[in-house]
Amino acid sequence: MSRKTLLTSKEIEIILHRLACQLIENHNDFSNTVLIGLQPRGSYLAERLVTILEQEYGIKNLQLGLLDITFYRDDFRRNDEPLEATPTKIDFLIEHKKVVIIDDVLYSGRSVRAALTALQAYGRPENIELLVLIDRRFSRHLPIQPNYRGRQVDAINQEKVVVHWKETHNEDAIILENK
Amino acid sequence: MKQLSVEHLLGIKYLNPNDLELIFETASHFKEVINRPIKKVPSLRDITIANLFFENSTRTKLSFELAEKRLSADVINFSAGQSSVKKGETLIDTVNNILSMKVDIVVMRHSNVGAGVFLSKHVDAKIVNAGDGTHEHPTQALLDSFSMREALNTNSLKGKKIVIVGDVLHSRVALSNIFALQLQGAEVKVCGPTTLIPRYISSLGVGVETNLKKALEWCDVANVLRVQHERMAIKYFPSTREYTQLFGINKEILDNLGKKIVIMHPGPINRGVELTSDVADSDQSIILNQVENGVAVRMAVIYLLAQQIKR
Repeated sequence: MSRKTLLTSKEIEIILHRLACQLIENHNDFSNTVLIGLQPRGSYLAERLVTILEQEYGIKNLQLGLLDITFYRDDFRRNDEPLEATPTKIDFLIEHKKVVIIDDVLYSGRSVRAALTALQAYGRPENIELLVLIDRRFSRHLPIQPNYRGRQVDAINQEKVVVHWKETHNEDAIILENK
Repeated sequence: MKQLSVEHLLGIKYLNPNDLELIFETASHFKEVINRPIKKVPSLRDITIANLFFENSTRTKLSFELAEKRLSADVINFSAGQSSVKKGETLIDTVNNILSMKVDIVVMRHSNVGAGVFLSKHVDAKIVNAGDGTHEHPTQALLDSFSMREALNTNSLKGKKIVIVGDVLHSRVALSNIFALQLQGAEVKVCGPTTLIPRYISSLGVGVETNLKKALEWCDVANVLRVQHERMAIKYFPSTREYTQLFGINKEILDNLGKKIVIMHPGPINRGVELTSDVADSDQSIILNQVENGVAVRMAVIYLLAQQIKR
């Protein structure tokens, strides 16, 4: 198995700051915006962005929700491995809000499709945007594109993009693995 | 990987501790779902479930039906009262007729012990036992344990003391609760008139106490059973009044315990018999939480069984 580091911790830091600035351009003080991290892996990215927005750009009262999409996935009972759910923590409604869905890697687009369905249970938002750290090109199964992307990656199907976070792996890194 | 070790939910005695933890974890996710503005997930869109109730039920039937609908399954209902069972059809014939309408899961309540096990051997569908005679009522025991954990604010019932009060002899809730609590390492005692305590119950490893006050002083949680007049062909105690005086729980007994215990009841309550109204409606009683958790736990059971059906 070959491994190649796509992004180092320093590069990720720069990208996170750029994404935070791009969000501010469109959402000002975030008074009508909520951020939704997709469980489990999108939530690390979402929490990191919230920290940067609050501590370095002085944004206050950011609303962050964590959404689990397990029960909305379209591959239930189609894989050999059972799906494992994680908690959903959204203690607000998204009615008339601007929503930014946050996930680490955009691949087939099916998770985002499931997230769009799941969010309907929380109201009718004004609009929904998508922010991803890694956008894998040429691999989409659905007509879904990100509004904010950290880095675009061309990877063939046997390759896997793995995101390591400080919280789980001691350091930030994005790695391309070839099975 | 996380999957139930059984193909059907026929009774708690067929489950292992990991199954219980998986069901409780899944149920906690569903509890969050049923508290959303839109209380529904699309997981079971292509699953059809038949609820076969050969014996009367209000809450269990509604709870199962709601759980199935919250998971987006298609549901058909059947009550023995209005069916061909009265015309002499056998159980296997009835169920096979229903299954030819392409049903994936059967939820069944039946007055005969072992009806679920029997069915699981003869028909090709997932079977969920919603109560078989005086034998088991697994989903009730699961929701009871889930509610106890919630009320005691803990992830484990290990070492907790639970007393089951009342008509243990006729109670499927009692047997399933004993199995479930023991799997989780809890200590269990039963308390009631000796005529309503099965003679060899101590062989299951549960204590027997005939003095209600002592039992309540010992326990953290009291699960109070209904006196099942309809299953009693003979008199098991002289009068309802005497039963209430010896085994009915009232506010005075609870207030004199020196600690706050949790009161549970699987319903329906005979108010004034096993529980007085002020106890049933007090803040120590979690009876209505049990009903709410029932939907979440049943969603979890059905979801986890449906996960095993491959397309």
